[in-house]
Amino acid sequence: MPETTKSPPRVGLFVTCLVDLMRPSVGFAAVKLLEEAGCSVFVPSQTCCGQPAYNSGDKATTRDIAWATILAFEDCDYVVAPSGSCGGMLARHYPELFIDEPQRAIKANAFAARCHELVSFLVDVMKVQKVSATFEGSVAYHDSCSGLRELGIEAQPRLLLKTVEGLRLVELEGSDVCCGFGGTFAVKYGELSDAIVTQKTANIAATGADLLLAGDLGCLMNMAGKLQRQGSAIAVRHVAEVLAGALDEPPIGAPAPRVRQ
Amino acid sequence: MTVAPTSAQFKTNAHEALGDARLQRALPHSRNFIGRRAAAVARLPEFEALRDSARDIKNHTLAHLDLYLEAYERKVREAGGHVHYALTAKQANDIILDLCRERGAKSVTKGKSMISEEIGLNAALEAAGIEAVETDLGEYIIQLRGEAPSHIIAPAIHVTKQDIEADFRRVHLDLPRDRDLSQPEQLLGEARGILRSKFLAADIGVTGANFLIAETGTSIIVTNEGNGDLTQLLPSVHIVIASLEKIVPTLEDASQLLRVLARSATGQDMSVYTTLSTGPRRPDDPDGPEEYHVVLLDNGRSSMLGGEFEEMLRCIRCGACMNHCPVYHAVGGHAYGWVYPGPMGAVLTPSLIGVAEGGQLPNASTFCGRCESVCPVRIPLPKLMRHWREREFERHLSPRLARYGLGVWAFFAKRAALYRLSTDLAMRALHLIGRGKGRFASLPLAGGWTKYRDLPAPQGATFQSQWRAKSGKVK
Repeated sequence: MPETTKSPPRVGLFVTCLVDLMRPSVGFAAVKLLEEAGCSVFVPSQTCCGQPAYNSGDKATTRDIAWATILAFEDCDYVVAPSGSCGGMLARHYPELFIDEPQRAIKANAFAARCHELVSFLVDVMKVQKVSATFEGSVAYHDSCSGLRELGIEAQPRLLLKTVEGLRLVELEGSDVCCGFGGTFAVKYGELSDAIVTQKTANIAATGADLLLAGDLGCLMNMAGKLQRQGSAIAVRHVAEVLAGALDEPPIGAPAPRVRQ
Repeated sequence: MTVAPTSAQFKTNAHEALGDARLQRALPHSRNFIGRRAAAVARLPEFEALRDSARDIKNHTLAHLDLYLEAYERKVREAGGHVHYALTAKQANDIILDLCRERGAKSVTKGKSMISEEIGLNAALEAAGIEAVETDLGEYIIQLRGEAPSHIIAPAIHVTKQDIEADFRRVHLDLPRDRDLSQPEQLLGEARGILRSKFLAADIGVTGANFLIAETGTSIIVTNEGNGDLTQLLPSVHIVIASLEKIVPTLEDASQLLRVLARSATGQDMSVYTTLSTGPRRPDDPDGPEEYHVVLLDNGRSSMLGGEFEEMLRCIRCGACMNHCPVYHAVGGHAYGWVYPGPMGAVLTPSLIGVAEGGQLPNASTFCGRCESVCPVRIPLPKLMRHWREREFERHLSPRLARYGLGVWAFFAKRAALYRLSTDLAMRALHLIGRGKGRFASLPLAGGWTKYRDLPAPQGATFQSQWRAKSGKVK
């Protein structure tokens, strides 16, 4: 529960396995945004939210991982993840896992109520209205499915992106349509996933944007990987990187040594 | 018997569908429904509240289905009709065949009915030497083509105008060869002319039902072509074939459901025809059949009651889930391999034909949740698909390689310290290999990904390792 005193809220960063492993700069951008919003940020030891097991039907493994996560973040006022998918898992699906275990269910429900996706947490809970960042160029924003439909994240990222100096937000047709990632779906049904992401990259290319943003690294890796396979020059980043002004690292899938403007 | 399912070969079916240029030209039609539904919903401020009410009506009915079935049956009998219960598809076909044989029927016209597809009624009739004529234009077209419907409300959505012209020229041989069939109106006119004679010649008319009203014993069908009315009014016998869960308590309930049905389906406020029939023709009626029969099909549904999949029985067959499904958009309905495609098919198919046969379908979803977000009766389709994956996993039906991979991953994911150490080493190594290009065009063990797209290279040390080094804040 949030403390009633003036001390800053203790936010546990659930960094997500993909950000932890593939793109730590998104984690640091999240820390920066949270600290600027007045939070004190902690990073408990963690692995994954358990979705690969959950969506493969392995409920026992999911429960083990979920319970370890719940315990690891026990003393945080809030748990924040730079992902709508993992955020949705923590906030919406963890309670379902313990429905038959009343003792654990109490804790799981209390935990879930403290969980948020990063950008919606900044806007809805911390009441952040603007960021102090600059990006010169046009940006297309993709609404990742779980964030959009499980957590209602739609207005919040757009609200903050519009306060980034120099940034022009362009309309992406079908921005609410799945990119075809779907976790293990992208590999188990690779050809089908490819057909879906090909439709998505066609829409992205049609915007003429310089940069594609979204709030989930899984979707971003899928779209970036496809754009690059197609030879597209459109850069791809996590929305937190732009909001935090953390653009030192090259965009997703871009070569390391070459420094962009 | 019912059509032999190929759902277990979904992957192969999908591969073929993706490579079928003709099909890929037709498939974008299914997306037209999206904008129409959105516009219809926008015109009705209480739409979301109506979805709640629709869900509640169906939940209430399912909780008391036995009572409402009995009440319905009583009312049908009071109106002079007959009710037949069929536990299986075969029983349903046998009941209908017996009714046909006893009356010496040679020709049966049919309104659009997914239940008749489920039981394979056309094949059963043809095998008994009885002509079955589909009278819904879409159904008529696919009957000519010898195909199953690829969509539950737009059965021929997978064919183009050119395909239909070719089919009509192939089958309607007694019409002038040089006739112009280039316009949709001409195709429609030709089908109408042919079907008119079939309507008049039919001995028995078979329709489905969108709703069965317990309060009055009425069956309701909604159509856009009026073919249903001609099917059930002109022949001397009208047979309604419907599954148990089509029951709703009252006409008032049906009106509520009708308000979400067409809007969710085609974006119409109402379908063009909403036809109510109660029993056979009464002395004062201007027209109607002499006999009225209802065949109520179970076919596995009663075993869904009270279980994990009961919510699926709320489905009112609007097709919104498939209209909004990225997988359906990519491959169309036939790839699903049986009768019901799209998300509702992915949940219902394993319920009706078994998880061993239909278990691929609930796996072939990204869980994007768009289906649930448009479902008029709020069926949590992704959740129900996940339940099938759980059953499959429990019964060790999922592929061995996938289980093995999941096991290795789970071993590390359950051991945080070991996980941190090993992932840090692995990511540092991958970074060194991939940093020149920033991505991999191919990578051992990642072929499933890199066959279609590049894989971004990791940035180096993991976040947790960097955080630990920087601030020592990891517990």
